[in-house]
Amino acid sequence: MSFEQTLQEQVQAAAASGTALSIQGGNSKSFYGRSTRGEVLSVNERKGIIDYTPSELVISARAGTTLTELESVLEQEGQMLAFEPAHFGDNATLGGTIACGLSGPRRPYAGAARDFVLGVNCVNGKGEWLRLGGQVMKNVAGYDVSRTLTGSLGTLAIMLDIHLRVLPKPETEVTLQQSCDAATAIQHCNALAARPLPVSASCYADGQLTIRLSGMEQGVQSAAASIGGETLADAARFWQQLREHQSAFFDGERPLWRLSVPPATAPLPLEGDTLLDWGGAQRWLRSEQAADTIRGSTAAAGGHATLFRGGDRDGEVFHPLQAALLSLHQRLKQTFDPAGILNPGRMYREL
Amino acid sequence: MSENNFTTLLQKHLPQSCVITNAEELRPYECDALSAYRQLPMVVVIPESLQQVQTVLRLCAEHKVPVVARGSGTGLSGGALPLENGVLLSLAKFNRILDIDVANRVARVQPGVTNLSISNAVAEYGLYYAPDPSSQIACSIGGNVAENAGGVHCLKYGLTTHNIQALEVFTIEGEHLSIGSQALDAPGYDLLALMTGSEGLLAVITEVTVKLLPRPEVAQVVMAAFDTVDAAGAGVTAVIASGIIPAGLELLDKPAIDAVEQFIHTGYPKNAAAILLCELDGTQADVSAQIERVNQVFTEAGAIDLQVSRNEEERQRFWAGRKAAFPAMGRLSPDYYCMDGTIPRKHLAHVLNRINIMSEAYGLPICNVFHAGDGNLHPLILYDANKAGELERTEELGGKILELCVEVGGTITGEHGVGMEKINQMCVQFNAAELQQFHAIKSAFDADNLLNPGKAIPTLHRCAEFGAMHVHHGELPHPELERF
Repeated sequence: MSFEQTLQEQVQAAAASGTALSIQGGNSKSFYGRSTRGEVLSVNERKGIIDYTPSELVISARAGTTLTELESVLEQEGQMLAFEPAHFGDNATLGGTIACGLSGPRRPYAGAARDFVLGVNCVNGKGEWLRLGGQVMKNVAGYDVSRTLTGSLGTLAIMLDIHLRVLPKPETEVTLQQSCDAATAIQHCNALAARPLPVSASCYADGQLTIRLSGMEQGVQSAAASIGGETLADAARFWQQLREHQSAFFDGERPLWRLSVPPATAPLPLEGDTLLDWGGAQRWLRSEQAADTIRGSTAAAGGHATLFRGGDRDGEVFHPLQAALLSLHQRLKQTFDPAGILNPGRMYREL
Repeated sequence: MSENNFTTLLQKHLPQSCVITNAEELRPYECDALSAYRQLPMVVVIPESLQQVQTVLRLCAEHKVPVVARGSGTGLSGGALPLENGVLLSLAKFNRILDIDVANRVARVQPGVTNLSISNAVAEYGLYYAPDPSSQIACSIGGNVAENAGGVHCLKYGLTTHNIQALEVFTIEGEHLSIGSQALDAPGYDLLALMTGSEGLLAVITEVTVKLLPRPEVAQVVMAAFDTVDAAGAGVTAVIASGIIPAGLELLDKPAIDAVEQFIHTGYPKNAAAILLCELDGTQADVSAQIERVNQVFTEAGAIDLQVSRNEEERQRFWAGRKAAFPAMGRLSPDYYCMDGTIPRKHLAHVLNRINIMSEAYGLPICNVFHAGDGNLHPLILYDANKAGELERTEELGGKILELCVEVGGTITGEHGVGMEKINQMCVQFNAAELQQFHAIKSAFDADNLLNPGKAIPTLHRCAEFGAMHVHHGELPHPELERF
């Protein structure tokens, strides 16, 4: 029996007995989301590239394929996952990456994980095998469910195969640094983003604004000259440490909050230390302040706050939803997983 | 409740000017741009306030009356086709740009605002809204979201789904929901993705937050001619493989070139079997470097002629032929039938050759003008509806082309939507469990199946015949619009 048939039967049995399943890939992101208790259902064994023709700008791979393998296959052809996903561990899999829907420093300029998902093959909570979306960029047949599954933390379906759009790696990258205060950095990032410049990342920490430019040699050099700043030598390492939360800012046990706000939002009046990424649109906060205070301040700015790492994982870690939206979420969950067995409670208590 | 009683109820709750009931005034709403399908609605409601939208939806939900939302009516798949027993809800009066947030590069707009007017309104800040469907001068942003509209430049800039950030919607029960956020993402499921391209089946959109991009400093077009379609197809692959993402990459085959040249004399090389139009944009430094590389790639791929636009006027002239292709076909043939499928690019030459063989077998000429960069085909089948049986054979041929798209791993619709037109072909692409999942999703939003029922997702027992976009004597419902 094939992997998917076995898995379908497992899910059907779990649905019949009401057994909660905890879907697992490389288990590198178990810190993320709410804590769950369920029988482990591993998709780790379903690995490998299914189809990759570089000139298509599409790669199809099984969910258990490690990100490391996927990226090395792309690298050999001069291509990349443009949403620059964090691994958070050597075993990170493609399935877990898409289920978490996390995107790295390039996100505001190239797009988020969901922007690159073209289709998935998955098994829903009824044990049904579904092929959603496809392998082509333009496809408006049926609801765009594969993007909806992205970031749904395995609460709707178990993704088994994923089709992704990929992009050529830029020929040249230059990273520039300059000193300024946080408010100036935010203004500067947003002013740059409003100009047709090849900016591909911008972050602010420790009084330093760091900007990456990507593209063809001539374009990057002329943009670098117009932006100014000191060229950072070990830039690849800098961006990787930011992406993987390996820089000193992320050390220690203080709760780590992720604040997603309109990029030009002025620095928020919150206690703790802040690191700005995504040109100001994603702000990392190390703070012991009350969740309500952090959420209130973020929401007032038009954003939302996630307790990304640490703190109380049994409480709500994602921003609470408006009542009508939560009820719609519950109805949607019901259509995919009527028995409520797929990662129950991982995203919200009610899902 | 009888039709008359429901109309009276609407009139009681809404200003008289918002409710249209006489046949003469209903007529303009009987179809969208897929005019082969026509149906007068029971009543047209044109609300002027959100409260009125809510009132209409609540009344419809209460009395189980179906509702079809409509923007500018420029859709090509019959998505806004009215229902005989239903309300046609026009959002045309919601035509204001509510806010332009230059610092955050977003604009909040009402659904009836036209696509192009957004770019016009933000031009003074050096910004624009990237998706550019061919009907952009007339199509509304609400409709763009409903159809997940694309355009010539989506190869580089993405579809509508990549370029919006938030929606305000009303459910059929009249409940207001905010979807997405003013930040780059939102908590919970990605309902923004689910709503985009949902063809009016899930909720009624009353506001859209669009992303604005900096307008590129410069855009230039490379026109490359090839002596075989295979070589042009290989040219497309070679450009992408060279690490360049053009802003647009379009292909015209020989029949299309001939028709265009007879029509407007663009100056496309007449000895070419196919030409590629490759647009590059960015900073001047970037574009110059890209053009150099693209020229080299096309030369190596065997281009027999290569021209680069030297100024904006020349760029427009290169595009003029592409944009005139559909009307040019309308002059050549009494009728044509436009398909819209997407295939993996690697199968381009194979599929075009198969289409040629089918064309010969059916004795019906086909020309190809399409978005080659993203594999989105628009084969035009030329036929004469006055010849007995020709329409039926055309439909059969069209169906086979779409099946071929699915067979090579593609899709039955790249950007026109399913609507009424391709409702049956959905059965070729999706199996019963998948269609059931779609229906279940709809029921999570609209339990009584009142929003645009019967469109986009076929019921399981409906999997028989195929439909298409029919154009008689080149008469499109919006003849003023360019179609490409």
